[in-house]
Amino acid sequence: MNITIDHILAGISAGGQYALIAIGYTMVYGILRLINFAHGDVFMVAGLIMVYASASMPLYFSIPLVLLGTVLLGVLIERAAYRPLRSAPRMSVMISAIGVSYLLQNLALYITGGLPQVYPAIPWISDSVTILGATTKRVTLITPVLTILLVVVLVLLIRYTKIGMAMRAVSKDFETSQLMGIKINSVISTTFVIGSFLAAVGSLLYFSSYTSVVPTSGAMPGLKAFVAAVFGGIGSIPGAVVGAFIIGICENIIKANTELSIFSDAFTFALLILILCVKPTGLFGEKATDKV
Amino acid sequence: MKNKRKYTWLDIGIIVLLFVLVFAADRFLPSYDIKAKVLQKGAVFALIAVSMNLLNGFTGLFSLGQAGFMLLGAYTYAIFTIPVADRVSVYKYYTTTAADGTTLGGLVQFTLPVFVAILLAGAVAALFAFLIGLPVLRLKSDYLAIATLGFAEILRALCQWKGLGVLTNGSNQLRMYPTFKGIMPYFLVSAVCIAIIALLIHSTYGRAFKAIRDDEVAAEAMGINLTKHKMISFVTSSFFAGIGGALFAMYQNTIQAKPFTTTLTYEILLIVVIGGIGSLSGSVIASFLYIACSEWWMRFLDTDGVIPGVTRNGFRLVVFSAVIMVIVLFFRRGIMGDKEFSTARIARFAASHKKNKKEAAK
Repeated sequence: MNITIDHILAGISAGGQYALIAIGYTMVYGILRLINFAHGDVFMVAGLIMVYASASMPLYFSIPLVLLGTVLLGVLIERAAYRPLRSAPRMSVMISAIGVSYLLQNLALYITGGLPQVYPAIPWISDSVTILGATTKRVTLITPVLTILLVVVLVLLIRYTKIGMAMRAVSKDFETSQLMGIKINSVISTTFVIGSFLAAVGSLLYFSSYTSVVPTSGAMPGLKAFVAAVFGGIGSIPGAVVGAFIIGICENIIKANTELSIFSDAFTFALLILILCVKPTGLFGEKATDKV
Repeated sequence: MKNKRKYTWLDIGIIVLLFVLVFAADRFLPSYDIKAKVLQKGAVFALIAVSMNLLNGFTGLFSLGQAGFMLLGAYTYAIFTIPVADRVSVYKYYTTTAADGTTLGGLVQFTLPVFVAILLAGAVAALFAFLIGLPVLRLKSDYLAIATLGFAEILRALCQWKGLGVLTNGSNQLRMYPTFKGIMPYFLVSAVCIAIIALLIHSTYGRAFKAIRDDEVAAEAMGINLTKHKMISFVTSSFFAGIGGALFAMYQNTIQAKPFTTTLTYEILLIVVIGGIGSLSGSVIASFLYIACSEWWMRFLDTDGVIPGVTRNGFRLVVFSAVIMVIVLFFRRGIMGDKEFSTARIARFAASHKKNKKEAAK
């Protein structure tokens, strides 16, 4: 087992990508108390939009289209599949999320015909660079920087704007904030807009370094990002980011060992179970007391 | 009272009739016929769906680990039933050398009778469920879901791991184990297991499960031991999922860890939802409907040209998942809600319908 700078770099990069997805999970969970199982598939669809868009139009046009399309999809899913179940038991909403995930995967399977779609090389970010003796794509270096930048902007947004304040209020207490005159539905929509936008950015970075999209390629990153969100303390954005980086780096170190590389996915879940048993609120989570 | 007995006999009659039909199907359908395949797979999935319903619908524990327990059952069954003579060819990458120099395939060098192996499949799944349940059952709703899902993924990785290759054959197939011939054996095993689950649900344990589902705090206040009952439900459900896994292995002829993904669990969950969360007969009906639709009735949607430009490979699944979304969103109670199928209920329904009509006519 020799861990090289390669693996560390790949780990940091994967961590950044997971972080961008994890924020979508953690924000939705913070507000709706829902594991949005479809989020990983939204991420996959963003990859597919890019594949098809870039085939027919230049990049400066297709990238905004990807961002816009993904945001629309996220909001549409919330409208169609979660909003009608607002007053239903939590289990129904979760089943609905699973149903959406199933639908998106099958839709992708139908459209792609089951063939892996080659992701377009985005000039500049897909170029190779050499750093500390390791050759890698430039996207590996950009990812963590961009991730941290976006997270800072997001944290500022949540802390200092009106909509951010509304979000914090809703995640604290759904009913009371409604009584205080906060428009719940627009807050939730905004959450999905932000989450999907970040997932789209994440998909641009992720698929640039993995080169092909298949209908199931969203499922695993999605679950891992969710674990990252739980690990960092669900509802906490810095927590999700830290969790994602830890998971990304550990996973790539495990991948470095060929004997154990099959456990790179299982490790994530082992970590999840460990954290749930030892410290269920995660690294940065607030302690919630259950009132009867 | 006499009426009640009459309906019980009617119910039993219907079940007997179904078995006669299965017997007839067994006699007259060739084994490669799609209808025979649908019946076999439907029976297997009915058992697995019912086992999941016991947990999700009757105890209110939202677990997504069913595929993992199926995997354990399927592997246990296959490992202990592959004939010793065939093991060298099955385990060709994981041979060991015996003391006298002969090559042996894998670690296990004996076979168990089929029914013992099926029971063992359930027992292994139950044992793992017990160990997993110790930490996991303390979690609530969505955390429980994601933790059980995680365990299923870990089990899948373990089965594919080279280190256990002498037992699990790594990521290669297990094959050449004995399988049931015809449809009837699948139905019999599945029906016996479902009957046991039904009896459990009607026992005091079952009542305790439902109490936990409806209100955990109230159940605890009534003196129900939460940890114990949750564990019983989890272990029982996994036991039968393990048996279901063994049947699934037989149905498939070969088994590999790869298809036991979360998607499989989701499929079973959707069967449970379509049938109605908290209805055993609903799960059974839904499983046959689901399998028949996905394997047989909706096949035509996958052929080119039925609707020009639209139908092609994969379209079936799109239509299918759209239908499922409609059920999830608008018919949340599924086919049966939380009621069970019985002739008495149908008779009552017909009677009230008649009465309503009469009143409307007045």
